[in-house]
Amino acid sequence: MQRNSSTGPVESPAPVGEAENVSKSFGETKALIDVSLNVLSGECHGLVGRNGAGKSTLVSILTGLSRQDRGSIRLAGQPAPNLADRGAWLARVACVYQRSMVVPPLTVAENVFLNRPTSDRETALVNWRRMRRDAHELMLEWGFDVDVDQQAGRLTVEQRQVVEIARALSIGARFLILDEPTAALEKAAVERLFERVRRLRERGVGILYISHHLEEIYEICDRVSVLRDGALVAEGDVEDISQARLVAAMVGSAPPRRVTEIAAVKKTQGALGAQQLDVSGLTVHSLAGSVYEVSLAVRAGECVGLVGLDGSGSATVADAVVGLMKPHAGTIAIHGTPVRLGKVDVVLERGVGYVPQDRHARGFAPQLGVAENLTLSILEKLSRTFGIVSSKERDAIAERQVAGLQIVAQSLEQPVSSLSGGNQQKVVVGRAFAVEPSVLVVVNPTVGVDVASKEALLDALGRARDQGVAVLLVSDDFEDLRVCTRLIVMVRGRIAHQFDQPPWDRQRLISAVEGLEVAV
Amino acid sequence: MSKAVAETPADQVQPKATRPVSRRDMRLVVLNWFRELTLVPVIVVLMIAGTIINPIFFTSSNLINIAQGGAALGMVVVAESLILLTGKFDISLQGTYGLAPLLGAWLIAPRASEGLGLELNPWLGVLIVLGVGLVVGTFNGFLVIKANFNAFIFTLAMSILLTGLQLGWLGGKTVYHLPEVFIYLGAESWFGVPVAVWVTLATFFVAAWFLRYHRVGRAMYAIGGNLEAARAAGIRVDQIRIGVFMVASVLAAVGGLMQAGYVTVVTAGQGSNLIFEVFAAAVIGGISLEGGRGRMIGALTGVILLSLVTNILTISNISSTWIDAVDGAIILIALGLARLIGTERV
Repeated sequence: MQRNSSTGPVESPAPVGEAENVSKSFGETKALIDVSLNVLSGECHGLVGRNGAGKSTLVSILTGLSRQDRGSIRLAGQPAPNLADRGAWLARVACVYQRSMVVPPLTVAENVFLNRPTSDRETALVNWRRMRRDAHELMLEWGFDVDVDQQAGRLTVEQRQVVEIARALSIGARFLILDEPTAALEKAAVERLFERVRRLRERGVGILYISHHLEEIYEICDRVSVLRDGALVAEGDVEDISQARLVAAMVGSAPPRRVTEIAAVKKTQGALGAQQLDVSGLTVHSLAGSVYEVSLAVRAGECVGLVGLDGSGSATVADAVVGLMKPHAGTIAIHGTPVRLGKVDVVLERGVGYVPQDRHARGFAPQLGVAENLTLSILEKLSRTFGIVSSKERDAIAERQVAGLQIVAQSLEQPVSSLSGGNQQKVVVGRAFAVEPSVLVVVNPTVGVDVASKEALLDALGRARDQGVAVLLVSDDFEDLRVCTRLIVMVRGRIAHQFDQPPWDRQRLISAVEGLEVAV
Repeated sequence: MSKAVAETPADQVQPKATRPVSRRDMRLVVLNWFRELTLVPVIVVLMIAGTIINPIFFTSSNLINIAQGGAALGMVVVAESLILLTGKFDISLQGTYGLAPLLGAWLIAPRASEGLGLELNPWLGVLIVLGVGLVVGTFNGFLVIKANFNAFIFTLAMSILLTGLQLGWLGGKTVYHLPEVFIYLGAESWFGVPVAVWVTLATFFVAAWFLRYHRVGRAMYAIGGNLEAARAAGIRVDQIRIGVFMVASVLAAVGGLMQAGYVTVVTAGQGSNLIFEVFAAAVIGGISLEGGRGRMIGALTGVILLSLVTNILTISNISSTWIDAVDGAIILIALGLARLIGTERV
């Protein structure tokens, strides 16, 4: 872990962006409480905090996408412009989001000058030569290496970032917010990004650098601020804040109740059944998070938690196991026999239950009823002569799941689209249970559900585990991990750590997930 | 969502005594039927209007006429509805509707009546008709589903190609003197009602039954409602969707055979512009263009409505040059009505 030799300018540099005592609430939730933070010209300022700490809210206020309830924002030394004046905001601050904002079919030059292809207001005609020349000069000026005539859709994630940064700089913004810029980057690309950040810094650009990877903060940032539950809980030069303090600030004094609870499911290896799921040498290339040579095994009666940040590849492992993604290398065996890769129906036929990550995208058919959605994976099992589905048996199975998961619905025929989020998620989980699986692959089962539903879902997973199901639980919510018997932490597509014996120390777990060395 | 719940340790959360969930919700059943039969009052009004406009309307011969005309259309509507339910569509059904019987007729008719002169067995001719449907459907299915061509533009091109083949083949002539076997479906009657009408009604019934009770039928609704969810649930989505394309094209070919039998000749123009009426009938009948919503009973009422409109316009005094405009206006009104009443059909 190297640090920057802080050779900052001697005279105190002017701030490019300041938030003063900013507060913001959404209904009853206090998203930001009295947060003050400033980013100086020529500084890289790290902003860290766990999910839901208020980082996104702060970014949206700093970029003029939403308005604070109290407090004030100053940009480039001036009070923030009116919210409606988008142009004025864009000329002062820009945020490069995790999700690319380039327009794929247009060229790089067009993307750089997206909202102003003509340089003066006199003419409505585009001077293509000038636009390309200007874009090219801009790239040269900042030392960016992207061909301006290339179609943006063919660019790599890294190059798209460059285009977005160039766009912001060309408008005149000298305050850049980078939101998780390395989440989808390879190691070499991360190095190049740091090089770019250093160059921007030298030229007087102020950068607010948001990242879950704390080691990056130490490598590239001058100062760091920590948000927790909407409040600024720590701030200072990175040199003065130890990793342990940083992690402690992020975690806070949250009661480690869940963690100690995990002790309750401690299992001796001898009590476990046969190996049900065996993944070895799995390599998958994916925009959502590639996976490199991951091997893991799950035995009957254990629940393995696969933990990682967004883009760490943990969800990709689950998708590959159930066949939604075709791996580039590796084998997957269920009950000891390898399965054909990339075929969902084949995998599910082998007794695998699957709870997908995004229930709206992959979880249910919204217009169909509760019973039908619950039995979507077992239509074959329900069919009698000529493939007619036995509605009696369907309802019986559905009723079992409704009772077991405490699904609240008017009738078994009620369309799932009209259920509450928590009940929708229960239907998705129930669909996996209805298979009577010997292996369960579950991804973020409790995202966006209320507390009561969360308990019901986790209890159901715990019951399945105790009945001898091999559970692979992918989650970034630590509360989900209470049903796990073993944890595997993934960082940047690889297995970084294993935690075998519960209870787990929250801080050590977070350090591992954030890609830090774990103190033994 | 109270804090108290959050603080309760998991092992103390007792399964709450939730109200037992009933299997059926009569309200929902009634509501769905009501929505499905939205068009029935409109049909009744049209019948009354037809009788007032021209007394000929309410004679059995005219009504049978309407049914006969609607039968061929109905076959293609069933076909298109099946594809629409799975979230795709096929414009080239009209091409199949024209080309399939034409090719069959051409191979069995003597040279004297514009055939090839091969004079194949008429039964073989019928098989060829079905075969053309199967081949076109398979081709469309594979290229739209597997090769991921855009369904609209691909089947539009196919439609132009198939219709063009009809014209090129025959050069605008008409194949006539068709053998009895070949025209049986369109020309004969059972108990005073054309065979075509029986067959179409049976097809609607079987399709409705299949969609309601067969596992593939239910899977089709899941595919149309949320393709990725169906895939993640282990449903063989590609196989089913390709299969639906194949079945639909065969049904369209049968529809074409009915039409050929009805008019006892095959013209080079059979099927042109039919697809618009097909889409109109399906959508008015509540089949969603987005997929996953709609039932066969609704599609059937759509077919009946359109057939009535066509007939009433023909027997009314409206000048023939205005018929299309009035037809379009009535379809628009029917669409508006269907939208008003049945926004959320299941």
